[in-house]
Amino acid sequence: MSLDREQVRKIAHLARLHITEQEAVAYAETLSRILGLIEQMNAVDTAGVAPMAHPNEAGLRLRADAVTEPNQREKFQKIAPAVEAGLYLVPKVIE
Amino acid sequence: MFNKTVAELSRALRRKEISSVELTRVFLERINKYKDLNAFITVDPERSLAQAKAADARIARGQAGALTGVPIAQKDIFCADGWLTTCGSKILSNFTAPYDATIIEKFNKAGSVCLGKTNMDEFAMGSSSETSYYGVVKNPWGTDKVPGGSSGGSAAAVAARLAPAATGTDTGGSIRQPASLTSLTGLKPSYGRVSRYGMIAFASSLDQGGPMCRTAEDCALLLNTMAGFDPRDSTSVDEPVPDYTKSLGQEIKGLRIGLPKEYFSAGLSQDVAQVIQAAIGEFKKLGAQIVEISLPNSRLAIPCYYVLAPAEASSNLSRFDGARYGYRAKDYTDLLDMYCKTRAEGFGAEVKRRIMIGTYALSAGYYDAYYLKAQQLRRLIAQDFERAFQSCDVIMGPTSPTTAFKIGEKSDDPVAMYLSDIYTISVNLAGLPGMSIPAGFAPDGLPVGLQLVGRYFDEARLLNVAHRYQQATDWHKRIPKGFE
Repeated sequence: MSLDREQVRKIAHLARLHITEQEAVAYAETLSRILGLIEQMNAVDTAGVAPMAHPNEAGLRLRADAVTEPNQREKFQKIAPAVEAGLYLVPKVIE
Repeated sequence: MFNKTVAELSRALRRKEISSVELTRVFLERINKYKDLNAFITVDPERSLAQAKAADARIARGQAGALTGVPIAQKDIFCADGWLTTCGSKILSNFTAPYDATIIEKFNKAGSVCLGKTNMDEFAMGSSSETSYYGVVKNPWGTDKVPGGSSGGSAAAVAARLAPAATGTDTGGSIRQPASLTSLTGLKPSYGRVSRYGMIAFASSLDQGGPMCRTAEDCALLLNTMAGFDPRDSTSVDEPVPDYTKSLGQEIKGLRIGLPKEYFSAGLSQDVAQVIQAAIGEFKKLGAQIVEISLPNSRLAIPCYYVLAPAEASSNLSRFDGARYGYRAKDYTDLLDMYCKTRAEGFGAEVKRRIMIGTYALSAGYYDAYYLKAQQLRRLIAQDFERAFQSCDVIMGPTSPTTAFKIGEKSDDPVAMYLSDIYTISVNLAGLPGMSIPAGFAPDGLPVGLQLVGRYFDEARLLNVAHRYQQATDWHKRIPKGFE
């Protein structure tokens, strides 16, 4: 499986990565090589094998629905790129 | 003082032969003297010395534990309240962590001193510590060589005696491979043994933090502090933590060592193979039995990993968007453009490659062929280990197929770089504990590491086996030239 520039641009968009035309060419080449490595997986028949998502298959714990963390809004917002009146600022989304 | 182990320093501190402040100064001076290694991203002497002062007061009150006053370097992947925490990336170049990772909290409670934050491959994605935004780390055993990665800053720091011990994290070999390339003792615990809370996530089903030290005894001391159940990590396992130093002295007579034939075939450098065979010979002298085993699916570990790890990374790294913390691009038109430009400018090439591979593997129409297939292979790889452990107690082999390679040698060829982790990755896929211990030197003078793999939650046995070997050999005591 090799990727072309158009596919790379589409993947980059899904991944929210801005890439230039030149980068798209370079990524098409390296990503295709990596996919070549990955496709060695096809050498093994895995029909009927249960997928393993995690080494700890005992399942995830539940916890009580209780407040355990203190409010640290000011501390967290101190490291934000832009805040105003306790809110995070981003470019306008709704006209 | 700088050449003493954690165990020795711990005794010297409690006997008041040296104060933590004096000791911390010794290491801070060495960090400064050898700053060309680029082992650290951040040092903050004022903060470190304040911790040392508090440790000295605690020792004076007679309330010292094993690690009180001991300086330890922390990989820059662990959030530490008030410390710049970059994970080797530009996107976190201005990120002062607002909270402590669980293991940082545990080290603080134990009274150890944070010596600084060590350099690493960006987001732990790499095997050479060359992908860091903060520059390449050099190997003290040959400064034109890589120290391995991703925990290469921690490895270089401990090998050069800039710190008595450090933490690392291991997703596909990132503790064991740098330990091997710099002649250290490194332990990747079983998945779920050490909390991942506050450890910046790369691949959540594989990541595990652990100690990087000069001896197995020191690894046991650090693991005593690091291990344990944490309700804040949903994958933390609620198993009691034994005192890992207690079982170090046990006899290993009759121990069954499994040698996977796949780990001694094509691709392994002859120089490395010879050192590993000599180390196995030493274990025979200690009374161990050798059993040949097979891990038939191990050759598929790399392709399997390079689907699963990037898939998890593409999801984990979606949080870096420039909205609430970290770097934000200067020029953008709208919200989408802000995300895309922030991430394009903030991430390096290898991180972008992995995000894109992961995004592709998870995208509509490709999920079954890549992600599901890789998860099925993961099961087969884990089953190989289960079968092997029916006839042996510990698996041994090389940690890395070669000694440390030249800086720049593989940086333009991601596929060649990925093959450096051929012997370590399957252990992460199965979730098992693994170690690398110094086993000798190749004719070129570069260190070779022996890998030990244990059953799930069998860290105590691995440490015991490693300790017995270190009592019979002195490879772990060698110091790189120029750092004596």
